[in-house]
Amino acid sequence: MYTVNLAIMIPFLAAIIVPIIYKRIQKIHIGWFVFLVPTALFLFLVSFIPHIANGETYLYTLEWIPSYNINFTTYLDGLSLIFALLITGIGALVTIYSIYYLSSEENLSHFYTYLLLFMGAMLGVVFSDNIMVLYVFWELTSISSFLLIAFWYHRKSSRDGAQKSLLITVSGGFGMLVGFIMLYVMTGSMSVREIITTISSFHDHALFIPAMLLILLGAFTKSAQYPFHIWLPTAMEAPTPVSAYLHSATMVKAGIYLVARFTPVFGGELTWFWVVTIVGIVTLFWGSFNAIRQTDLKALLAYSTISQLGMIMSMIGISSVALRQGYSVNTVIYTQAAFAAIFHLINHSTFKGALFMVVGIIDHELGTRDIRRLGGLATLMPITFTIAIIGSFSMAGLPPFNGFLSKEMFFTAVLSVRELQFTSEVWMSLIPVIAWVASTLTFVYCMIFVIKTFLGEYKEEKLEHPGHEAPFGMLFSPVVLGFLVIVIFFFPNVLGDYVIKPAMYSIFPQLGAEDLGQHISAWHGFNTELKMTIGVIVLGTLLFISLRHWKGIYNWILPEKLSFNSLYGNSLEKVEDLSKFVTNSYMTGHLRDYMVYIYIFFIIAVGGTLLNTKAFLFDLEQYSSISEFEWLITIGMIIAAIAMLLAKSRLTAILLNSVLGYGIAIFFVIFRAPDLALTQTVIETVTTVLFLAAYYFLPEWKKEDSKRRSKVVNAIISVTVGVLFTTIALAVQSGKLFESVSSFYENAYELAGANNIVNAILGDFRAFDTMLEVVVLLIAGLGVYTFIKLKARKGDNPLEDK
Amino acid sequence: MQQNNLILRTTTTLIAFLLLGFAIYLFFAGHNSPGGGFVGGLMTSGAVLLLYMAYGIESVDKMLPINFRILIPIGLATALATGAGSFLFNVPFLTHTFGYFYFPIFGEVELATAMLFDLGVYFTVVGSVMTTILTIANDQKV
Repeated sequence: MYTVNLAIMIPFLAAIIVPIIYKRIQKIHIGWFVFLVPTALFLFLVSFIPHIANGETYLYTLEWIPSYNINFTTYLDGLSLIFALLITGIGALVTIYSIYYLSSEENLSHFYTYLLLFMGAMLGVVFSDNIMVLYVFWELTSISSFLLIAFWYHRKSSRDGAQKSLLITVSGGFGMLVGFIMLYVMTGSMSVREIITTISSFHDHALFIPAMLLILLGAFTKSAQYPFHIWLPTAMEAPTPVSAYLHSATMVKAGIYLVARFTPVFGGELTWFWVVTIVGIVTLFWGSFNAIRQTDLKALLAYSTISQLGMIMSMIGISSVALRQGYSVNTVIYTQAAFAAIFHLINHSTFKGALFMVVGIIDHELGTRDIRRLGGLATLMPITFTIAIIGSFSMAGLPPFNGFLSKEMFFTAVLSVRELQFTSEVWMSLIPVIAWVASTLTFVYCMIFVIKTFLGEYKEEKLEHPGHEAPFGMLFSPVVLGFLVIVIFFFPNVLGDYVIKPAMYSIFPQLGAEDLGQHISAWHGFNTELKMTIGVIVLGTLLFISLRHWKGIYNWILPEKLSFNSLYGNSLEKVEDLSKFVTNSYMTGHLRDYMVYIYIFFIIAVGGTLLNTKAFLFDLEQYSSISEFEWLITIGMIIAAIAMLLAKSRLTAILLNSVLGYGIAIFFVIFRAPDLALTQTVIETVTTVLFLAAYYFLPEWKKEDSKRRSKVVNAIISVTVGVLFTTIALAVQSGKLFESVSSFYENAYELAGANNIVNAILGDFRAFDTMLEVVVLLIAGLGVYTFIKLKARKGDNPLEDK
Repeated sequence: MQQNNLILRTTTTLIAFLLLGFAIYLFFAGHNSPGGGFVGGLMTSGAVLLLYMAYGIESVDKMLPINFRILIPIGLATALATGAGSFLFNVPFLTHTFGYFYFPIFGEVELATAMLFDLGVYFTVVGSVMTTILTIANDQKV
């Protein structure tokens, strides 16, 4: 029984089939076939809810690379079920929506293939128990998201947005991979479940904190947390169904999932609490602050997504306190933060999906989504308007919508932080204040979204198409989502008991299972949270009314050139310029420079080794004495070598070179190597003939007019290399470790029937070398022949270009 | 412009044949005295080069209608075949053997398969040296 593993594979298999069906069946929109996949998976997963609510979990393992502990293990528990239901459920709705949104002229088979790839990858992320497999699916979501953002690849902004999102999410993903490997090194296990059970003994491990921070880096980049949020607004260049699906409901929540999944691993650590909570709170504030200044509806929603994700992230961060302090009556309030986080995660998926679809409808029907050109659409598009109100008010945290419940719980969570004694009380009470201000700003941009788009005067002259209601097919999905928003408000405890409570077991497996659930009530008394909400409404309304007067501060505080976007763009440019500069600075194209690098490397590496190991010492005593005749030849050769450097004509240089060659031949005679002497003499003669043959073709000998400085450098390098080589040659003689093998070859007559040892070695003992040298000669001869015979004649095309 | 190189040509006739003879001696002597395929091949090339220098390219091409390029693969094939021949006797590649045989005129003579290998080296050396020098020398100055 590998049903869950199969559920992950089905979208991938469907992605293979889609292009085939697309070509064969033209009459029916391909989206309807795709629609079957998430719907079937959703129904299949729904059937698990009763079992999961009873505390059952499902584990399936399919062996992949067992020798490396990498297996395709799926683990179906409360946490993964929630995400999987969101992925498949919203996936189905988005598919229906996209059927009506994308015109049939678009390349639909590409679109649905990418979408199915993404769906499968996302299911893989939430179900994987093995961290390496999780990483594989994680990167697959990045890649499929990249493909979807750049779906309209002929637009430059689409390509830029896709590139930016890929760079950021994949960099974070790599960090996460390193973190996973550290985790594996620490615990010796790749299974998240096993890591959770054993992690308590590794809290003091040196890799514990680095692994935590790197995994968080991956989660933060994926979930668009501050300051990695910049890719999300530019990813709005994707088709709106993609924005609704990936960039509000699923992919950006992969980071949330990861943080929730790893809370039992790292949650007991104070660093975890601080990093996750602070980053979440800052993201919450920054996103809501920036959403107000946007004029593009999708950008506004993108920043609001960032803000809401920060809110969920901060709640998960707060909930980790429960793990630190152990389970008691006092810590229940912190576990409830995680409950609130998951609850808001579901709520956010519903209302943000609906809002994106609303924006898509406006864009599709009116041809613009610029807030300055819209207005007065309420009467023309009543259904869209209704959904927009439901979604925005839920996002703003107003009753009777589900956002109200989760926002109240969020306030409870941030207020509970005040009771922690981690640091001074002032700092601790700053968190609820920021959260409250951010909620007020959230209220303001929600009002902007509704009122600026649907109320006010109708500006038909600024629209491409006159305002009218969208077709039913497009409205279906947002209506369903809007309906859910209200249903969840009235029956939150069905969701809480059956879906969220099991997920709490996954986040807090160490704690007692009994009190993790929570009763959600729409009316919880006239307490601080409610007062805060009333404050949000009052101050938010005032801020919205006076928006014109204070909007200027955005350009004052945050001019465009100081934004993270321009930081990203500039640093990308600077890195490119810098690498170009570095490469150009040493890749000069002059052979002389490259020779200098090679020899300097040789001097540093070999000379450094010699100095370091003190191997340069040698003892002149052990060498045999030098006769006068040998001195004579040596001095003659030295004079010839120096004279060659000063030679004025090429002919002189060639002849001086032969002096060196014949000198060596004489040395071979003196040192009793007749074969070598013979060969050296003849080969020197033949090469001299060759030089002279080539001499005829060479241009006039010109002295290099190189600079004095580079000449000095050349001289220093060549003298150093010469000294180094001589030292090595002398030094290796002084410390012989082994007897020579030459005594074996002295038996040449018995073994090979030859009196000439040298030839016996060349032709018999080590004939393999000789054979390959023969091949070298063959290649050299053929090389010269082809170079000269096959050169391009005048007027021929250069051979390289063919 | 035809120069009269009578002395050069006359001496060349003599010396070239002395050189060729010495080259063959070097090749055969290699097994037991200094010499061998490599230096023998070089010496042969030296002799032929001398002929070229004294008589010019056209005349020598007529005298010695040998395509030196062909010698390279022939030599390589000989060397390879000698090495591969050892497989026939179920011994590793390039295993050589030798033996003593009696011939009517020469008396007892040692024959070794290493000499065949050397012959391959000889041909390759002659072929590639001659090919290199002749192609460069024959090339037209552009």
